[in-house]
Amino acid sequence: MSWEVVIGLEIHAQLTTKSKIFSGASTEYGAAPNSQACPIDAGMPGMLPVLNHAVLGKSIMLGLALDAELGMRSVFDRKNYFYPDSPKGYQTTQMDFPIVGQGKLEIELEDGTKKVIGVTRAHLEEDAGKSVHGIVPGQTGIDLNRSGTALLEIVSDPDMSSAKEAVAYAKKMHELVQYLGICDGNMQEGSFRVDSNVSVRRPGEPLGTRAELKNINSFKFIEKAIEIEIERQIEVIESGGKVVQETRLYDSEKDITRSMRTKEEANDYRYFPCPDLLPVIITEADVEAVRVVMPELPDAKRARFVSDFNLSDYDAAVLTGSRAMAEFFEKVVALTDAKDPKMCANWATSGFSAALNRDGLSIENAPVSADMLAGMISRIIDNSISGKIAKQVFDAMWQGEGSADEIIESKGLKQITDTGAIEALVDDVLANNPDQVEAYKGGQEKMMGYFVGQIMKASGGQANPGQVNKLLTAKLKA
Amino acid sequence: MSLGKTEVEYISRLAQIEVREDDVDGVAAKLSNILDLFTQMEAADTQGIEPMAHPLDAVQRFRADVVTEVDQHEKLQAIAPSAAQAHYLVPQVIE
Repeated sequence: MSWEVVIGLEIHAQLTTKSKIFSGASTEYGAAPNSQACPIDAGMPGMLPVLNHAVLGKSIMLGLALDAELGMRSVFDRKNYFYPDSPKGYQTTQMDFPIVGQGKLEIELEDGTKKVIGVTRAHLEEDAGKSVHGIVPGQTGIDLNRSGTALLEIVSDPDMSSAKEAVAYAKKMHELVQYLGICDGNMQEGSFRVDSNVSVRRPGEPLGTRAELKNINSFKFIEKAIEIEIERQIEVIESGGKVVQETRLYDSEKDITRSMRTKEEANDYRYFPCPDLLPVIITEADVEAVRVVMPELPDAKRARFVSDFNLSDYDAAVLTGSRAMAEFFEKVVALTDAKDPKMCANWATSGFSAALNRDGLSIENAPVSADMLAGMISRIIDNSISGKIAKQVFDAMWQGEGSADEIIESKGLKQITDTGAIEALVDDVLANNPDQVEAYKGGQEKMMGYFVGQIMKASGGQANPGQVNKLLTAKLKA
Repeated sequence: MSLGKTEVEYISRLAQIEVREDDVDGVAAKLSNILDLFTQMEAADTQGIEPMAHPLDAVQRFRADVVTEVDQHEKLQAIAPSAAQAHYLVPQVIE
């Protein structure tokens, strides 16, 4: 008998604010312990939170991107639990009236099929501090720098039915929040955290008991952890047992999930509206202000690249993989007057991207800017250099030897387009290879390639290949 | 509605408030009285009335996204029960 898998994800996206959600302390990553935790973040008695205005626009932006109902009136609640990294004894979050309501996100699977995943809600909340072990034996150190950092918790509907779908959704959301610029997406630093709720059931039966997988910071491990958890739950049920509702951690070395063993009563959070904060009102003007600055979304950009620039779906997908790459490409296309977008795409996705990967650089700190790449592509388009010489020019630009024009000039790489000069080269090569000429005339047409190779070599790669072919054919047929 | 010993123990554990054995009955009676009050209020017809989120008839104001706080960890840790290497120290937490 078969099993049906039901997965829902809770994603915590850290919002790109300079200061915390309720205080003026900095959110910069990696600061000295507790240097960015003010009395509000430390939960000192009598401190009052004041909401950071920036979280409003970022939430609205996500809501619009997910085609969601916006919570025009949202309310903060207290979620009560005791843990040393949460000094107030509660987390300020939103329960009944979240800032973003029901929305949706379309995902595409590896085989090209599309599926719409419902987004139940997204609510604002504050992050907790961090526990640090090993400072003093038998004690736990607390760093409150992260305490009060603004988070949007994005909760999906239980619409995913495999680990692959779950990861496709998580990746799509990851791409989206970075496009919108509301989250930096850094999973290693914990700016984008994915918790997976996994359960199995027999087809047609009610939902099974779910287990929650937490603290997994790569898409690869999220997929593996979900797969392992599905197998485990099926085994438990088939051997007559029952799945327990609990939080489980993934051990990537042993490739297993194991129970975190938290006390079940910890789940009785006794939510109530936070008396320190008033209801948050979004006005139509707030929504309009965001709508006018909304960036083009990845799916729309992809479709436009295909229709406007005649690119393949694959190239368009690679170029829109990040907003920075898409913008880099469009800049190169614009600077070359859109004469050959396909060539711009090729250089962006191969030569340029390969160099970035090789040197571990990002587009912002690459030695070759969009202007420089466009300058070089313009010289290919106007036949000053061939595609082959361009590789040499590109490498020199990457090494900081100047612009394409400077390098072509200083290295004497300009393509030979003077018919007289090329004719002389052709004559030389034919005169020096009488046997091959005989062979060609005797029917061995593949000798053509040999002649072209010799001529290009003699020109140092600078002869215009089109002209070489034309002149060579004319001479041989004469 | 009346609460018994089990509920009082559960609630006190959640709230991390110690209730002495011989106080349990008294606390149970007080909490039950409060719940009775809620039962009475439940009789009121609230159809169509939006739940109140705050007793004040006002809306949240905002602050600009600007860093205004400076590092005060030394002052804050001077009044903490225990601190070392700029961290607050608490009894070991088992993860």
